[in-house]
Amino acid sequence: MNLALRDVRRNKLRFALTTFGVGLLLAVVMVMTGIYEGALTDALALPRAVGAELWVVQPRTFGPFAEPSRIPRDTRDLIRRMPGVAAAGAVTFQTVQTAVGGKPVRLYLEGYEPGRPGGPATIVAGHGLTESHYQIVVDASSGLGLGESVPLGPYRDPYTVVGLTRGMVNSAGDPMAWVNLLDAQALQFAVPPPLERREQAAKRNPPTTSDINAVVVRLEPGASASTVEQDISRWKHLAAVPEAQEEGYLTLFVIQKMQQQLGMFMGILITVSAVIIALIIYTLTMDKLRSIATLKFIGAPDRTIVGLIVQQALTLGVAAYAIGLTLVILTKNHFPRRVQLELRDLVIVLVIVIVVCLAGSVLGVRAAVKVDPAEALASG
Amino acid sequence: MADSLHIDPRPRVELRGISKHFGEGETRVNALADIDLTVRAGEMIGLRGPSGSGKSTLLNVVGCVSEPSAGWMRLDGDVVYDSHWLRHDLRRLRLMKIGFIFQTHNLLPFLNATENIAEAMELAGTPWRQARARADGLLDYLEVGHRRYAYPGEMSGGEAQRVAIARALANGPRIILADEPTAPLDSVRAHVVMDLLARIAKDHEAAVLVVTHDESIFQRFDRLISLRDGRLVATEEIKRPGNVSAQAALPTL
Repeated sequence: MNLALRDVRRNKLRFALTTFGVGLLLAVVMVMTGIYEGALTDALALPRAVGAELWVVQPRTFGPFAEPSRIPRDTRDLIRRMPGVAAAGAVTFQTVQTAVGGKPVRLYLEGYEPGRPGGPATIVAGHGLTESHYQIVVDASSGLGLGESVPLGPYRDPYTVVGLTRGMVNSAGDPMAWVNLLDAQALQFAVPPPLERREQAAKRNPPTTSDINAVVVRLEPGASASTVEQDISRWKHLAAVPEAQEEGYLTLFVIQKMQQQLGMFMGILITVSAVIIALIIYTLTMDKLRSIATLKFIGAPDRTIVGLIVQQALTLGVAAYAIGLTLVILTKNHFPRRVQLELRDLVIVLVIVIVVCLAGSVLGVRAAVKVDPAEALASG
Repeated sequence: MADSLHIDPRPRVELRGISKHFGEGETRVNALADIDLTVRAGEMIGLRGPSGSGKSTLLNVVGCVSEPSAGWMRLDGDVVYDSHWLRHDLRRLRLMKIGFIFQTHNLLPFLNATENIAEAMELAGTPWRQARARADGLLDYLEVGHRRYAYPGEMSGGEAQRVAIARALANGPRIILADEPTAPLDSVRAHVVMDLLARIAKDHEAAVLVVTHDESIFQRFDRLISLRDGRLVATEEIKRPGNVSAQAALPTL
């Protein structure tokens, strides 16, 4: 007979409330892992969707996502003519803040050349850019719909939403948007007329608006990425970064702090959970000291007593884990940012819960093993 | 079952020169001093004495819960103590040979009546299904079979004490130790419990050792032993028809 389960059965309400409390804590831990995985997926979604094999960027920078990169627009033509390159497309990236219908909208805007690499991978509604100006494709997570007008730039030029994507956000969780490269360059590099006049009066060249942030390169089948990379790097004003390396930069520089932050938070939560589980198991054990003394008195071996406590701790932990997981599955789609549950993370959390339960039951086990069977004779 | 008048001369409990002290030097307290006692199969002994006289300590020593400081002890034919414990499996010894009845029933609150008894059997190695069936049989024997699914908190004091007695009998003990088993009961139920213990002593050929203050049940014992300051100061044989000790005139002390 399993004494632990019998005790749980007899104290259903108390056990259920305790388990629910611990389950909430574990739910927060699972959400933390989900937020991290979601942020990682979001951060890598864009470079992966672009389908670049090489990113051509400004030398001694970590690419267009980890830090600013600025190169001449004609770079794309240079690259396209290189042996081994199948296609190349110039792109720009910037964050824009605007308001639609009185509601603030923040977008991560990519400028690309329609018909060349760099555009949205899959459009779920509407179509891609068909005009040279003032059209925009946005991710559905922005809340914008087809046909809506999005004011952008210093003069709030109206951009019409012609297409929608799904699940495309940047590492900060801002929805992606795509406009024609020319529009994006104007939005990013154009200077307002007063500043242009001031620059002319000072006899300085006005800032160029034809720069781009990067060139997306797709290679011909069988072409060596490292050879093309070395060829590009011969131009001293350019550097080529393989896709895997770019993802590594994103993970290392953009996501790492979030990982550390969430890791610290998870550590605190797991510590709190461990303390609570230990306290609960200790309290449950102290409530049963008389029963434990009786069991010892009538001849129960220590393994029966230890089994009672450890099994109860594990039952509590596993039940709380199941409750936490259920809560996360039911609520994860209501979080403002992507919560992505990974089997590997869930297994790790389960293992941690089991270890925490075993460690948490040590206090209870010590108290139980120390109980003198003669205490069963005490009256009251 | 043995005939109620059958005398089994085999001693179940034999104590020779058993002493027990707590502390050393100025703080030394002699809880038991040079106790000699023999309890035979089917015999029911009452232990009385003022508070602090050593009754519970003696019960703990016989129950192998507390180690004596000196002396020699044999339980059911096995020498278990001779200046030190001779057996390492004292819990197993308690489980298989000794049944305990506590002042308060001490049933496990999270198990029902059948489970409380069957748990003791399962600890001794009886398969669970078989243990349950035998537990139900014991409950019927003690006339509380109708409460087999009740939890201790749902039973009256008398019912709980009967279930506790059934648990004490779970593994067919040769020795039954009871610590004030009638204390929480009214006089009618106290006599019912004493009837049960007397029946068990005869039916199971067990030696029954009962600590009690309850004068109303003194006449139910075969012998009444008085303790004072850890010493055995008096033994009174109860004269009544059917009394094992009186009829057999067995040497007792």
